[in-house]
Amino acid sequence: MNTTPVTKRGQTMSYSVHEGVLELALNRAPCNEIGSLSLEDLESFSAALQELEPQLHAVIIHSERKAGFCAGADLRELYDRSQAMEKKAAIRGVRDFLERIHRVLNTIDASALTTIAAVQGVTFGGGLELALACDLIIADKTARFAFPELRLGLIPGFGGIPRLKRDVGNAVVRDLLLTGRSFNATKAQQIGLASQVVGEGEALRAARATAAQVGKFDRQTSAAAKQFIKPIPNDELKKEIDIFCELFERPAVQAGLKKFVESTNAQPYLP
Amino acid sequence: MPTTEKTLDEILTLAAIHFKVPREKLSPDDDFFKALGIDSLQTLDLLTKLENHFHVELPDYELQGVSDFRTLADKIQARL
Repeated sequence: MNTTPVTKRGQTMSYSVHEGVLELALNRAPCNEIGSLSLEDLESFSAALQELEPQLHAVIIHSERKAGFCAGADLRELYDRSQAMEKKAAIRGVRDFLERIHRVLNTIDASALTTIAAVQGVTFGGGLELALACDLIIADKTARFAFPELRLGLIPGFGGIPRLKRDVGNAVVRDLLLTGRSFNATKAQQIGLASQVVGEGEALRAARATAAQVGKFDRQTSAAAKQFIKPIPNDELKKEIDIFCELFERPAVQAGLKKFVESTNAQPYLP
Repeated sequence: MPTTEKTLDEILTLAAIHFKVPREKLSPDDDFFKALGIDSLQTLDLLTKLENHFHVELPDYELQGVSDFRTLADKIQARL
């Protein structure tokens, strides 16, 4: 295996450049929950992506945590912060967080490079939204996907519905969102979400092979193709933030978050 | 179609191997969270292993409240 100099190591993730590929490695216990520290690191990565883009042909986002790619937003931090401030300030804080994470995911989504999410294990909520911002999802057999937000009285807030709608059929979107159920990598490939399913622990290797293949093509041509095949649903993304903030104000959401963070149940994803 | 007993036996064997617990220490009526010592993330891992092994889909809401291997086998059997 090649050793690569780390370009930057943040508190929750690191990134490096190797043979024209920018690799972002998520690494925050237990399963890369996205909170304020992760957001700062993602913003740093986003800035690097834009700065380094002329030297690159692909991006790979993967996890160094065995438990999974990313379990979504850090609900404990969200709950604790919302409890520590008055309601209007809490809503402003949520909106600010969402607008910042949207800027990051929009940068990844709109990148002229070919972007690949190499996922394993839990890929839930905000983790699935991060993967959906990429051009390709390569999943190992342990990968499990879900949008469990409705179980908490919320909708996905990091662009999940507009991007899922873009990629799969509406009946599938309804099933996944309205039931909040999780599904495995085989199902993800069947519905057109995952482009490849590989053996356990093989997602990053497959992503690197795919990135190498992409690198054989003229970069400008690939970027031109992306203009037709990956439109950014900007209006719906903005609307999503407004609706999320409206829903977040309701007492039922605070009650749902409280129940979740205080749960000692081994199945907290199953309210 | 395999019998429920065969499905149950396969679940116990798969769980024992995957979570490195001696097979003889697992019984059909055991609480699998306790017997395997698994948390919420590992429970999802077990669910994926079972789906891949039996080639079925198990909506997680159907497993709400299920904690013993025998009932788990019944749920899988219903989808074979």
